[in-house]
Amino acid sequence: MNTESSRSPVDEVFGRAAAGERRAVGRLLSIVEAGGPQADEVTELTHGRTGTAHIVGITGAPGAGKSTLTGQLVAHIVACGGRPAVLAVDPSSPLTGGAILGDRIRMDDLAGGDVFIRSMATRGHSGGLALAVPAALRVLAAAGYDPVIVETVGVGQVEVDVAGTADTTVVVVTPGTGDAVQANKAGLLEVADVFVVNKADRPGASDTRRDLELMLDLSHLSGLDAAAGRRPPIVMSDALQGAGATEVWAEVVAHRAWLVANDRLEGRRASRSRHEVRVRVEQLLEADVDALLAAPSGQQLLDSVAAGELSPAAAAHTLRSDLLAAD
Amino acid sequence: MTEPNIRILLAKLGLDGHDRGLKVVARLLRDAGMEVIYLGLRQTAESIVAAAEQEDADAIGLSMHNAGHLTLAPRMVAALAVAELEIPVIVGGIVPDEDVAALRDAGVAAVLGPGAPAEEVVDVVRRAVDQRRSTG
Ligand SMILES: Nc1nc2c(ncn2[C@@H]2O[C@H](COP(=O)(O)OP(=O)(O)OP(=O)(O)O)[C@@H](O)[C@H]2O)c(=O)[nH]1
Ligand SMILES: [Mg+2]
Repeated sequence: MNTESSRSPVDEVFGRAAAGERRAVGRLLSIVEAGGPQADEVTELTHGRTGTAHIVGITGAPGAGKSTLTGQLVAHIVACGGRPAVLAVDPSSPLTGGAILGDRIRMDDLAGGDVFIRSMATRGHSGGLALAVPAALRVLAAAGYDPVIVETVGVGQVEVDVAGTADTTVVVVTPGTGDAVQANKAGLLEVADVFVVNKADRPGASDTRRDLELMLDLSHLSGLDAAAGRRPPIVMSDALQGAGATEVWAEVVAHRAWLVANDRLEGRRASRSRHEVRVRVEQLLEADVDALLAAPSGQQLLDSVAAGELSPAAAAHTLRSDLLAAD
Repeated sequence: MTEPNIRILLAKLGLDGHDRGLKVVARLLRDAGMEVIYLGLRQTAESIVAAAEQEDADAIGLSMHNAGHLTLAPRMVAALAVAELEIPVIVGGIVPDEDVAALRDAGVAAVLGPGAPAEEVVDVVRRAVDQRRSTG
């Protein structure tokens, strides 16, 4: 199909995006976000063209200062001659599907220069987020942005996964209200490569740091430190004043260097691909299962279950056999 | 598939003060199922164009409260034209009747007064976006 005549609109937009045209990058991001055949086409084009862009996840509780810190990091990266992009993910309202995406205002004065910031709503479909985010990160990397930073609220499993499968994951906690303990519960400790205690201008910051140190001290009990091979550093920051951003970024860069020096970067990327492929297979299967259940034979099975003639387990096994026999 | 979600940028041009009204509009558009990219205060035509490109916005909502609308809104429309972005601009705020026609002539898609009910605000945005999608 590689003839000139089959050149689709997606191809054309991709060409412009790869040449650095921002509007085209913006369009591609909408296409991958919508999902479907066109999104797959974009993934086909961007896959393998993402170069060596450093993918950085920033996560933490709502209001921890992730966007403010990201804004400071981006300013620092630009000053160092980098060309960063940010994907800021915020929750959609489960009731209406609408969202207020307000991360940009925290990164205010940066929209100029060669910084690309995109806001993305979770749109209720959590499975979709797990596909849309990696696809969007690839678009940004293929357009030549490096690093590519993704901000997510560290509450839902998918959001934690999304940030946790980055090359480097920064977990932001704040003083008071047991934030470090909450982060532990939310599974954020497992994914952290760098900790930031933000709002360090507030009372209790050193207590929070100590809580984190204690939890890290204990992590050998769970085997976590052996799996990680490295104790994550803790950096204090006051993102509102910009204090600490340089140190945070230095630790992010150091983490990547550590990954490379210890042959772990490829492993991270492999587990990321594995995760994505798995989610995609699940989605494909889900559609197949729905189709199977809607078909007359599926309907018959369901009727038998409802009538008490067949157990749900037996019906499921039959359906799976049908599914495997289908192609 | 259903229509893609409407993505609208909300901003206040120029130097004037508070964004309470803009926040109210942000909430009501969200409650109508739209994705509101909130840019807040002190935006310029250039910063809005840059955000519109990156966010692939379907519409731009501008709030104005002092007499700047006659220069600022047309400047916004012109900046979009220069960037070859066909995105409808909707102006909200206190605009004297005699200025509404001037804004429409300058290419503003719609003007909403401060008392416009929620349904009207939502409806005006939907119609402006529908029109663009059907012609674009
Ligand atoms: N005192 C203080 N306030 C901060 C600091 N960093 C951020 N803030 C404030 O905390 C609030 C939330 O900051 P954001 O950057 O929007 O936080 P966020 O984690 O991105 O929030 P969500 O995206 O809504 O989850 C804002 O009012 C910031 O001004 C800091 O270091 N010190
Ligand atoms: Mg944020």
